[in-house]
Amino acid sequence: MEPDFSAMRASIVSGAPETATALAKQAVAFGIPALDAINQGFVLGMAEVGEQFARRQMFLPDMLASAEAMKAAMSVLEPELMRQGAERPNAGTVILGTTKGDIHEIGKTLVGTLLTAHGFKVFDLGVDVTCDQFVEKAQETHADVVGVSALLTTTMRGQKSVVEALGRAGLRPTLKVIVGGAPVTRQWAQEIGADGYAKDAVNAVALTRGLLEKKVAAGDVAV
Amino acid sequence: MRPKLNLLDAKLVDRILEEAFELLERIGARVGSADAIELVGAAGARIEGDIVRLPRSVVRHALQSAPHEFSLYSRSGQASVHYGGDDVHFDPGSSCLNILDSESQNPRPAMSEDLVRMIQVAEMLPEYAAQSTAMVCSDVPNEIGDWYRLLLVLWYSDKPVITGAFSLGTLQTMISLLVADSGGMAALESRPRAVFDVCPSPPLNWSEFAAQNMVELARVGIPAEIVSMPLAGATAPVTLAGSLVQHAAECLAGITIHQLAKPGSPVVWGGAPAIFDMSTGNTPMGSIETAMLNLGCAQIGKALGLPTHGYLVASDARQIDAQAGMESASSALLGALAGINMISGAGMLDFLACHSIEKLVIDAENIGRARRLLKGVNGSGETLALGTFAQTAWKGDFLKLKETRTLFRQEQHFPSQVIDRTSDPNTPDILARTRDRVHELMQAYERPKIPSAVENALLKIASEIERSIAFEHLPGIETCLTPH
Repeated sequence: MEPDFSAMRASIVSGAPETATALAKQAVAFGIPALDAINQGFVLGMAEVGEQFARRQMFLPDMLASAEAMKAAMSVLEPELMRQGAERPNAGTVILGTTKGDIHEIGKTLVGTLLTAHGFKVFDLGVDVTCDQFVEKAQETHADVVGVSALLTTTMRGQKSVVEALGRAGLRPTLKVIVGGAPVTRQWAQEIGADGYAKDAVNAVALTRGLLEKKVAAGDVAV
Repeated sequence: MRPKLNLLDAKLVDRILEEAFELLERIGARVGSADAIELVGAAGARIEGDIVRLPRSVVRHALQSAPHEFSLYSRSGQASVHYGGDDVHFDPGSSCLNILDSESQNPRPAMSEDLVRMIQVAEMLPEYAAQSTAMVCSDVPNEIGDWYRLLLVLWYSDKPVITGAFSLGTLQTMISLLVADSGGMAALESRPRAVFDVCPSPPLNWSEFAAQNMVELARVGIPAEIVSMPLAGATAPVTLAGSLVQHAAECLAGITIHQLAKPGSPVVWGGAPAIFDMSTGNTPMGSIETAMLNLGCAQIGKALGLPTHGYLVASDARQIDAQAGMESASSALLGALAGINMISGAGMLDFLACHSIEKLVIDAENIGRARRLLKGVNGSGETLALGTFAQTAWKGDFLKLKETRTLFRQEQHFPSQVIDRTSDPNTPDILARTRDRVHELMQAYERPKIPSAVENALLKIASEIERSIAFEHLPGIETCLTPH
């Protein structure tokens, strides 16, 4: 049985979690390596979603549905990946979370899904995350990037606190901090000493890649 | 419910029509064509020289035979423009002499290549249901200037065309081109692709050319669109109501001539009324009163059950600026709310003296907004919000709901990148964004597939006439022709 990579890709583009789950299970049953199913099937779907979003052919509700489908496929394939002793090459480790007092998660979740699709190892701390939680997780995972989301002008200040807390913990020399959210601007990112800002999830992927390339160039990351 | 704007109350509509009938009966219209005078004379008009006084029974009779609706067809045979009811369509403004140069943004005489580009851009924009013969090309001799525009439109477009002749001789050439394009007279009559604008001269004057034009168009069954142009305060009464009376009288006289030439021939109650600016002596197409006149005219036409046309979405600004946006946006919305069947004028600047491809693209955004407004608020769901809240309550994750994904495209209009919603301080300005969009549209454009027999027939008509005036070029087309 030939693996139907194009159907896997299509299940992500059309945002169909049930189909994505079924195709992932089928791949496992047919003995297709989980890594192949991810890289040659599902991930390509997510990449297409990103492109279509940038071209304004897909919109946020579509992208969320695609993200759900991606999650569904990965929840089948990730345990399989571990069982097979295989590992996706890690493009970088990223910690994500929404600031203390803020319970908005859609934007951050999208960023996480897209980063995962593009080969990053993502730890999503969820919403209402304290500075200490960001610091602890970053230390524990030797993270390359911390992404802090905020949707309110009031909780936006929390991004500054996270940058400061990471600094106090001595992590800033090797750790990049990126910020996002509706009220956030590039200027604000500069003001609080963050390393980058992206206006949407697609740009967040490009931003993260760009920052890590710079790190590699500077010799910070062992590859 | 679709929103609708009626500018006039029923009583005022009646008064305007009553005075228009009275005007034609007592003062009369001047008619320059012997053919037309004979037609109305035989029907019972009182003729004194070129003054024609029309009894209302004659006018009423003509109104009875005028069709309430008709369609224009694309080359592929689709009825893509429906004149009638409250259907709304837009087309670019017509017959402009200048173009705002895309590079320098300075006006200069329009060339064939400019018209070709505008046709291509309009072809790619679904906001324009029809093309227009938008520019008079300065690289083409005057004698053939009007039909050459039509040739270029037919060559580069599949859409219906709003056009018009500059003389009776060239009207015949334009009809020949359309016959060749449709593959025969019968095909053209049953599925007309073009409507011809015909302009009476204010006040109440149907010149020899205009009146004869109506007669000829009626006889061949090609739709005629009356473009009456009262200029309130200069060539028409200063009051809007008075100008509406004059507009109605001019249209009624035109329809009478037209229907007497051939009852049942399609005709449009149209116009390009405007006020006269009392400080500059200009004719501001972007003024609110000009928009009001257009709305009033259309409402009178609708009261008579006739298809309607107006001239809106144009601006008097000389550049693409805030004034251009403001004037064009408001008149696009008003025209759409009034349910005017064909709204001409998009792309135009500087009192209709200058066309702009970039403005045409920006105006498509104005039209998109107006179309969204016309769709109104949909209240047809089983519940409006209760069903939604049953799924999500206080969580507020509406963006994740299946119904959001299913319905957002119907609820929201998506502008192109011309409209900036990025909140990014580095976003290019509107001119740069529009130029990008023009570039994209031009890249995506493909010339329609036209049967070679049709192409040859069109070229034969063109080259025969051109030879007679010793002009042997086909500007704008030559690059498409492969040497035999």
